[in-house]
Amino acid sequence: METPRERWVGADAGPIVRPYAVTRGRTRPRGLAVDLVTLLVATGRTPGERVWLSREQRRLLELCRRPSTPADLASDTDLPLRVVQILLEDLHHYGLVEELPQAGPSGPSSTGRPDPKILMRVLDELRRL
Amino acid sequence: MNSAAYDPTAPAEDLPAHTLKILVAGGFGVGKTTLVGAVSEIRPLRTEEVLTDASVGVDDLGGVERKTTTTVAMDFGRLTFTGGVRLYLFGTPGQERFWFMWDQIAYGSVGAIVLVDTRRLPTSFASIDFFENRGIPFVVAANVFDGARRYTPEEIADALDLDPDVPVVLCDVRHYDSAKNVLIRLVEHALQSATA
Repeated sequence: METPRERWVGADAGPIVRPYAVTRGRTRPRGLAVDLVTLLVATGRTPGERVWLSREQRRLLELCRRPSTPADLASDTDLPLRVVQILLEDLHHYGLVEELPQAGPSGPSSTGRPDPKILMRVLDELRRL
Repeated sequence: MNSAAYDPTAPAEDLPAHTLKILVAGGFGVGKTTLVGAVSEIRPLRTEEVLTDASVGVDDLGGVERKTTTTVAMDFGRLTFTGGVRLYLFGTPGQERFWFMWDQIAYGSVGAIVLVDTRRLPTSFASIDFFENRGIPFVVAANVFDGARRYTPEEIADALDLDPDVPVVLCDVRHYDSAKNVLIRLVEHALQSATA
């Protein structure tokens, strides 16, 4: 298989791949926009035959064997956060990663503010540090 | 290809189960990186964003044909607590053209720490408005720089025209305890706002 570098960068262009090349021209997620700290995990499903995963997506999928957030993944892969969010959205679309549900009101229907019970726990732990 | 699933029965170690985020806002050189580094393991993080119309006028694009994205480096730190609770800190630049990042970070967050330099308080007005307008809990942390005149929290609150319930903390972000205290004040304030 061709690597993205061979596909998108000419011989004289140097090693830098522009981020929109990694995301195949997209600059915003199409559907689900994962938050910076949404926990994602690999579902273990096999990619469909017509699904082509880039090297970056395969790496993200590998890292999602442990629950990971887009922020963690961007930091681990040194890819820009926005790019990681778009690639993860694809993986989610293909059924290869899913959100790890979190306790408390964090769904889109709620106010989006953290659960006070979790805040209490964090406060206790911070005070003990 | 092998696409192993996440195995919830695997040894837990410190697997994250619940995540929270805090935004650290402040102008250039005010100590965001130092604050994040004092309380957490700091890691590299950058994002690349399409310039909006509002920012195109700010960035000089002359001679850079069709350049439509800008790279933002963020201060990124993590604190992991027992029970898999993980607190993420994001420090981002304070200029208005980076506010798209603030929106992303602030949504669903615990709240924000607005780090201010008492020698340049007017530079903080816009960021304080940002959090006030969106109803995001925030504390103002005045980093005490060597050689700068000391102000009381009351004087700072007055100068910034803060609502009376907004905590103002004097801190030295180089020190762990001082930086940790700022986090504690924010979480306390967020709890009060949530239960008010």
